[in-house]
Amino acid sequence: MQPVWDWFRWLNQSTGINLSILYDAFDRARFARGFVMTLTLAATCIVLSVVIGVAGAWIQGSHHRVPRAVVHWYIQAFRNTPPLVQLYFFYFGLGSLVAGASGPLVSNVAWAVISLSFFAGAFNVEIFRAGIEAVPRTTIEAAESLGFSRWQAYRRIVLPLAFRISLPALNNNLVNLVKTTTLAYAIAVPEMLYVSSQIWSDELNVPVMMNVLLLCYFLLVGLVVWLMTKWEHAMRVPGFGT
Amino acid sequence: MSALPVLLPAAERLALAAERQRALGAAPLRLEASHGLMLLGLFVVGCGIAQAQVGVDKPSVLDTLVKWTPVLAKGFVFNLAISFLAMAIGTVAGFFLGAARISSMAPVRGGAWFTINFFRNAPWLVLLFYCMLLLPFQVRVFGTTIPIPDWTKATLGLALPVMANVAEIVRGAIQSIPTTQWEAAHSLAFNRRQTFWMIIIPQCVKRMLPPWMNLYAILTMSTVLVSIVGVNDMMTQTQRVLSAESRPELLLAFYSYALLWFFAYCYPIARWTVRLEARYAVRQ
Amino acid sequence: MTTARDSGVAEPIVELHDVHQSFGQTEVLAGVSFSVPKGGVVCIIGPSGAGKSTLLRCINGLVPIQKGTIRVARFDVHALKTDAERIALRKEVSMVFQQYNLFPHKTALENVMMAPVYVLKEDPKEVRERAVALLTKVGLQAKQDAYPGELSGGQQQRVAIARSLAMRPEVMLFDEVTAALDPETVKEVLNTIKQLAREGMTCILVTHEMRFARELADEVIFTDDGKIVESAPPAELFDHPTQERTRAFLSQVL
Repeated sequence: MQPVWDWFRWLNQSTGINLSILYDAFDRARFARGFVMTLTLAATCIVLSVVIGVAGAWIQGSHHRVPRAVVHWYIQAFRNTPPLVQLYFFYFGLGSLVAGASGPLVSNVAWAVISLSFFAGAFNVEIFRAGIEAVPRTTIEAAESLGFSRWQAYRRIVLPLAFRISLPALNNNLVNLVKTTTLAYAIAVPEMLYVSSQIWSDELNVPVMMNVLLLCYFLLVGLVVWLMTKWEHAMRVPGFGT
Repeated sequence: MSALPVLLPAAERLALAAERQRALGAAPLRLEASHGLMLLGLFVVGCGIAQAQVGVDKPSVLDTLVKWTPVLAKGFVFNLAISFLAMAIGTVAGFFLGAARISSMAPVRGGAWFTINFFRNAPWLVLLFYCMLLLPFQVRVFGTTIPIPDWTKATLGLALPVMANVAEIVRGAIQSIPTTQWEAAHSLAFNRRQTFWMIIIPQCVKRMLPPWMNLYAILTMSTVLVSIVGVNDMMTQTQRVLSAESRPELLLAFYSYALLWFFAYCYPIARWTVRLEARYAVRQ
Repeated sequence: MTTARDSGVAEPIVELHDVHQSFGQTEVLAGVSFSVPKGGVVCIIGPSGAGKSTLLRCINGLVPIQKGTIRVARFDVHALKTDAERIALRKEVSMVFQQYNLFPHKTALENVMMAPVYVLKEDPKEVRERAVALLTKVGLQAKQDAYPGELSGGQQQRVAIARSLAMRPEVMLFDEVTAALDPETVKEVLNTIKQLAREGMTCILVTHEMRFARELADEVIFTDDGKIVESAPPAELFDHPTQERTRAFLSQVL
């Protein structure tokens, strides 16, 4: 690999295109860590937000008014306010409350994960709820009249169908979540944007780094979109829709 | 196709909504009066908490709010100005980009597709940074030097994703006009350009209006991002005010105050959008 | 109201007595009583409204009743308590709906197999054999691996009938099963039902197909406003209705 790195060093010396993230071991490691952080943030938040979405959708189907109202207000609060404000609220607001004697108990990365998961989770609750309610009542009646209990009908028929129906909207949301991880920059989480800003202030290669960054996000988001489309295709209910 | 639809129209409606949302770039804002009341409640609670900790030497919470309101207002005006300009620039550029997307010439179509997807895949914050750092701080045009202040660069940075999303909205609207319209125009001897401008576009405007207004509401909420790149919008001003006062109990009161302003501005837009959506509901 | 047939020849397998049902404040069924003998075919006709479909759903236990009794085979449907009883009832009476009742994410064969495997916990291999036989019976063995979205309306309904038969019921309920179909496909579904009836299945149908009712029913019941207005063998009801309301309805639909 060393000859490859050396070529980029030559590139810098001859043309000024400073891709230090490739020829310099330290910067290479930094950028890789930033990239991994972005991936980790995205993956963790995706998983957590789906869990929150499923839990919230389930609570919204309950008969008790109080839990339903709580979930309703949670959704309204988190989907109608800027995610940046939510992030500040968690980190500065709640963070100062949770501060221990020897500094904060919850790291900024953790707050970013919590905040973004709740942000995407709010949309997921709506998405899953809409999916569950889109399953026709007659289908559930048919299941019941075949002897399925409420829970069995849910597990074998309603939930699989609701999931497939929700998939397009869910994919929109998850792709958006990957893009929103950049907000963690504002609370100094060392994800790709933050790390890149550190590199360009050290190496003074702003244009190159910005282009690299744009390209990386383009590829990353493009990859996620492609994966989601493939998934949607695999989960398609044959004969439904176009 | 089956005579007995396999899944209810509700499922198809959801798929369509997801498709529209994809064009919009984010989930539409659904603001209601109850949200405003909730915010107001938060604000009152915040004031209450702060007021409870006011001693004899400190001014009351309401006095502090009133004192700083002009500063916050100036910041808010910035948010609005940025949102107007970004929307205007993005709409004009996006319109032509969307038209290019369905051009009959393949390279134009391909170029438009690439541009749209490039700017849709990029996070808004990264585009902001891009414009902030790479646009010159002044430009020479015909011998005069025009300075480009930070907030202009931020506006351009926000105009880029708006342009991509408007292009998708325009494309969606044009494609939703049935081909029979094109055929009818063709048989009346309109050429392609006349058909486009005189027949198709006027019908599109109605369909584009609700998602376009939704996009504007989302954009306005997103203008707070400029605080990260050093523009003095309402968010930065709020943070400065809070650190100037250095009274942490004012946090909730001030932030909910700022959010109330945003709500007061976005709520009428959101309501109007809902009304337009109902009025222009496309009957397929 | 009982028919002449069950004066000793075949005992009633379904008996309703003074059934009242309300959704909230609205009374949907206001004192319905009739019985169906084993192997009998009963068609319920009447103006559009919730009454007829609700009636079927009461017989099946999907909808609770406020007053009266419903007996299906050895079960008192209105008094079922445990899950085991409910499952046992489902083995006696099965229902086919007007639409959206096949599970779209499963193939035709899987649709037919689902209930016996998951509810009755029968051996999947045996269930598979029986399912294929049932699909052959309704003429769809070639489509067993097709998904409902790939089938026509009539084919979907036939799969739905096969699926209901998989539970080996004594009584089959049909809720306007041809109302959503194209005229060409109506025939194939009606033929399937005809075949079942000829094999001795007890059938209760809510239908608008008057010709079918005339041809196959042992008894036609005309309901309106949640009550039975008139009930008679088809020849009598269609040609010589005794009630004014029946006459008015028939003149509109025939």
